[in-house]
Amino acid sequence: MYSEKVMDHFNNPRNVGEIENASGVGTVGNAKCGDIMRMYLDIDENGIIQDVKFKTFGCGAAVATSSMATELVKGKTVKEALLVTNKAVMEALDGLPPVKVHCSLLAEEAIHAALWDYAEKNNIVIEGLEKPVNDIAEKEEDVSETY
Amino acid sequence: MSKVIYLDNAATTQVYPEVVEAMTPFFTEYYGNPSSIYSFAGEANKAVTKARETLADLINAKSEEIYFTGGGSESDNWALKATAEAYGNKGKHVITTKIEHHAILHTCQYLEKKGYEVTYLDVDEYGSVKLDELEKAIRPDTILISVMTANNEIGTIQPIEEIGQIAKKHGVLFHTDAVQAFGHIDIDVEKMNIDMLSASGHKINGPKGIGLMYIRKGVKIRSFIHGGAQERSRRAGTHNVPGIVGFAKAAELAKASLGERIAYETELRDYLIERVLKEIPFSRLNGERQKRLPNNTNFCFKFIEGESLLILLDQKGICGSSGSACTSGSLDPSHVLLAIGLPHEIAHGSLRLTLSEKTTKEEIDFTVDELKSIVDRLRSMSPLYEDFVKKNGGK
Ligand SMILES: Cc1ncc(COP(=O)(O)O)c(C=O)c1O
Repeated sequence: MYSEKVMDHFNNPRNVGEIENASGVGTVGNAKCGDIMRMYLDIDENGIIQDVKFKTFGCGAAVATSSMATELVKGKTVKEALLVTNKAVMEALDGLPPVKVHCSLLAEEAIHAALWDYAEKNNIVIEGLEKPVNDIAEKEEDVSETY
Repeated sequence: MSKVIYLDNAATTQVYPEVVEAMTPFFTEYYGNPSSIYSFAGEANKAVTKARETLADLINAKSEEIYFTGGGSESDNWALKATAEAYGNKGKHVITTKIEHHAILHTCQYLEKKGYEVTYLDVDEYGSVKLDELEKAIRPDTILISVMTANNEIGTIQPIEEIGQIAKKHGVLFHTDAVQAFGHIDIDVEKMNIDMLSASGHKINGPKGIGLMYIRKGVKIRSFIHGGAQERSRRAGTHNVPGIVGFAKAAELAKASLGERIAYETELRDYLIERVLKEIPFSRLNGERQKRLPNNTNFCFKFIEGESLLILLDQKGICGSSGSACTSGSLDPSHVLLAIGLPHEIAHGSLRLTLSEKTTKEEIDFTVDELKSIVDRLRSMSPLYEDFVKKNGGK
């Protein structure tokens, strides 16, 4: 059901991990629907994304789209990163099954959320960037009781 | 990937070579239509009669109470729709549970559109129906109670005998979807007061696309497939003779090995459950610890998602299934896991492994070893796990 590229990024995800003192961190999705992505950006003083890491809870497509999204924004300027759309992520992966398209939207949103965090921390306005709505923190539930 | 470790026997099973062998002559040699008059068709006719007896015997029914269908889904549809129609004058209320197979649930939704009222009973945290709630739900216009014998996801075995007693006491028909239980545990339609029962060939090492419905003598149920006079004019269609023969052969083998198989599978199942719960942190067993199908295990692993888990298991040659949304084709995880009270995020991380009498301890050991590293790997990339570790300052 998945393309070879998707399987490759699922099996060997690029840039998994965390960045300490990241310039921007964004988390989108919610556990209720089964997908959460967190993106960490390290942005230098020239506005270039020097490093990017991610963590994802979700299906094969969710992992692969996050991984591909990190590849697409690494080394780019903030402005260029904004242009990485879900379509670009999907194309780079040779497509996704229709039911998984939302995963690519989530990947785009994760980048935006991390950029938003960066903008807020640095008190700057990134033209064309809107506040991401889909934030995990608003929907978090405590599930520890069950165990 | 050289060897396949098949741990999805609740989805379907291997057709045993003995079964194929029994079926083959009815494709190539005795291919006559059993309803035909000439003696050439006699072999086919005899085989269908004998198959009916064998299958009836497995559940202590009479052979004229067994009706062949195209599978479990058809039997479930038939039981519900035709009863609703035949008893619609008496009332329009049906009782079932929240954890039935979709063949029951979606048929109930259809009946609701047709003006029937359906009560979907809650289950307890282990997936058992609460008998007092069942009895309380019965009304003067209740015509049918349909409760599955054993659940296909979490394996919970329902108190069928007690439900049968309650149904009988109130004069309400009792149907049970025994697709997962038939040939796997003891079923006695007399002792359990079952009026109708659905079963399917492919869950007991028989062929796919053949099933049966047991209908107690005296139950007023209409034809569902209209046409020829087969199956006492209640289910039209030229008999699927090879399928029927294969189903019966599978049932015969299942009956002969039942006691031994239950003992073997139960021991292996318990070993698997013990290893997983002991060796994988933040895991839980779904369903009853003991009152479950001998071959069923169902776990949740916190902080990870089921589809990812299945893909990685598949790469090691291990076949399992999950109740995560991604595998159900909707945004919601399994209705069964939600009904036993699991939050969505936990239900997404479920894994069902269902054994067979051919599953070995080595296969289970290999599976648990692989599972451990796969769960570790997925957790290492899970933001939920990261948050958990940060909040708790380590494990
Ligand atoms: C409990 C239950 N009922 C009904 C069915 C449907 O049976 P069949 O596949 O023969 O239509 C299944 C099979 O998945 C099942 O597990």
